[in-house]
Amino acid sequence: MAFINGITLLLAYQLLGELVVKLLKLPIPGPVAGMLFLFITLLLRRNLLAHLQQPATHILSHLSLLFIPAGVGIMVYVNLVAAQWQAIVITLVISSLLTMAAIGLAMKLTIKWLQKE
Amino acid sequence: MLKQPLTEIWVYLSVSPLFGLTATLLAYGIAYRIHQALGARAIANPVAMAVALLIGLLLLIDMPYQRYFEGAQFIHFLLGPATVALAIPLYLQLHNIRRLWLPILAGILVGVVVGVSSSILLAQWMGADTQTWLSLAPKSVTAPVAMSLAETIGGIAPLTAVLVITTGIIGAVTGGTLFKLLGIDDDAIKGVAMGATAHGIGTARAFQHSQTMGAFSGLAMALSALATSLLLPSLVALFH
Repeated sequence: MAFINGITLLLAYQLLGELVVKLLKLPIPGPVAGMLFLFITLLLRRNLLAHLQQPATHILSHLSLLFIPAGVGIMVYVNLVAAQWQAIVITLVISSLLTMAAIGLAMKLTIKWLQKE
Repeated sequence: MLKQPLTEIWVYLSVSPLFGLTATLLAYGIAYRIHQALGARAIANPVAMAVALLIGLLLLIDMPYQRYFEGAQFIHFLLGPATVALAIPLYLQLHNIRRLWLPILAGILVGVVVGVSSSILLAQWMGADTQTWLSLAPKSVTAPVAMSLAETIGGIAPLTAVLVITTGIIGAVTGGTLFKLLGIDDDAIKGVAMGATAHGIGTARAFQHSQTMGAFSGLAMALSALATSLLLPSLVALFH
């Protein structure tokens, strides 16, 4: 029953997130709002964790599986990708390296600055 | 005599959602085993392999994507609850957030701004069209969130899914060398940089290195999904 309870909770929080985002016309996706609400609930009621830990671990340990149906959708856009593959590849490689380097240096500087204080 | 019922069975199967669902699970099972057999190397990504297998299969039996998706949508649907479930690792990392909240916050904000701006500017400079750079903008966010963000800003969600997965593989493969070059050896920093750039695929890689790096990577993945959701619409408007 723990598994069913956990899945029900996750779906209920997603539903809550979707509703709040729609009603308040927020710019964030419904499931992200649901994640936030669940996080806040956990801060207030730690015992909820017992229901959630097992189903959450199950669903997150095979997260890769969930990307596959959307990934196959690339076959519909094969012409678009073929026409712009250089732009796409260069953007992905350079931007990923830049992002990792920028985060690393920003954190290093912040930690150094905190130690001086 | 036998040919007729076989065709009938095939016609029945190809319109039932059972086919897309089973094929997806089978392809993942095969890809996952190949990934394990190759020593769980980042470059042998199970998602990329499963997608290639399925596209090959659909082309072979001449089935349109829409029909395949009628079955596969049951798996696709789980992206929503999976995003909600990210609250649990986030909560479990609470003590780490308290200890290093300022450097983490600085890292995530810098990461979102640099990641989104550099991908938009590079793609525009390389001559990509509007739909393409809009689909590239959320590339560092975990796929379920990136896809709904792409839809919100006018990109193509399935294209974003593929770009997100490719970004994850690039980050996971290059991260180690990059950190060495920059002289970064703190597992907390490496984890945040990996998770905020290469999301779930980077986090899986980080856990192979150490528990600390994995935990910080998972934390960064969740925080960066949240920060990107809040900042992306304004950043996109800035470069439109």
